[in-house]
Amino acid sequence: MSHKRGGKSLGQIKGFSIQFFPYSEMKGLDSDGRIRKILNIVFGNNILILQGRLSSNEEARLIGDTMAMIGHVKGFKGIELAVISGGGSDSLLGKMAKGVANVLAGGDFSAITIIGPASIVKEMKRNPKKIELLLNR
Amino acid sequence: MAIKIFKNFFKRILGNLFKNKKEIKLGFYGPPNAGKTSLANRICKDFTGEEIGTISKVPHETRKVQFKEKVEISYKGKKMTFKMIDTPGIATKIDYEDFLKYKMPKKEAKERAKEATQGVIESIKWLDDMDIVVVVLDGTENPYNQVNITIIGNLVARKIPVLIVTNKIDLKKADIKKVEAAFPEYDVIGISAKFGDNLEEFYESIFKLSKKV
Repeated sequence: MSHKRGGKSLGQIKGFSIQFFPYSEMKGLDSDGRIRKILNIVFGNNILILQGRLSSNEEARLIGDTMAMIGHVKGFKGIELAVISGGGSDSLLGKMAKGVANVLAGGDFSAITIIGPASIVKEMKRNPKKIELLLNR
Repeated sequence: MAIKIFKNFFKRILGNLFKNKKEIKLGFYGPPNAGKTSLANRICKDFTGEEIGTISKVPHETRKVQFKEKVEISYKGKKMTFKMIDTPGIATKIDYEDFLKYKMPKKEAKERAKEATQGVIESIKWLDDMDIVVVVLDGTENPYNQVNITIIGNLVARKIPVLIVTNKIDLKKADIKKVEAAFPEYDVIGISAKFGDNLEEFYESIFKLSKKV
């Protein structure tokens, strides 16, 4: 789902693309493979929308690997990350517990994970009902 | 035979004594500038007379894991010994330009950013070594930040007992109800590390949590 790419700009925002990945794209990968794939997408100045979610351990590894790349990849300042889950009025951790169980069982399809490079995504404002992306200008 | 029974008896008694005296590893986790070091300092100062680290308005002041061993906390006649572990704030992004806003020289800002990234990695590595963890959140900030959820998710996965502390309740903008709504399965305590407000409830919760170790 290429929104904007190349040298042209959207207002003052430099070109970027939004990529949507169904869970099937991640399902066959191990944790290393998933994190590598996510980081490659983000390094390419892309915002990733992923069906499903990573396990909490994978999320922590993603943060650790992201930190390790700052200063080594030109212009890379880290990522913005947010997960929103379906499932009605469940609490965050209830959803998260289900999410972990579902990840183990093969995917929490009701969750959506959004990951973008901090150079493009200034902030992800999150509440239980929505995620709002504020982009850098 | 009698000597053997006698030996086993003493071994059991002494073993239990040492078990009770065991230091509980108490970690302080959370996003940058939530007040982890301020809270750890207040506890250490109250019970040892010394602080654990420096604090600053500039984020990522703590860039290395800091310890204070054998901190004996007394509360309502009970005593427990802790190893306090203050960790660098966990973030998903670090930009040296953010430090320039605090009138920091560019070179220093870059160095701080570099150390801060290492600090985050170190904090994550230390997750496996904690007995109990206090997650310190800034009560004036949005609790739904993914970093908070990731930290708590990792502690849940490791079966490490967690206490959530909403710091900065002395500020008007602080909203403990929002934090409670975000994490209803957990005890949420509102405190002001700066002024020492509500620390009694904090100690009570820590003692309660320590029984799960």
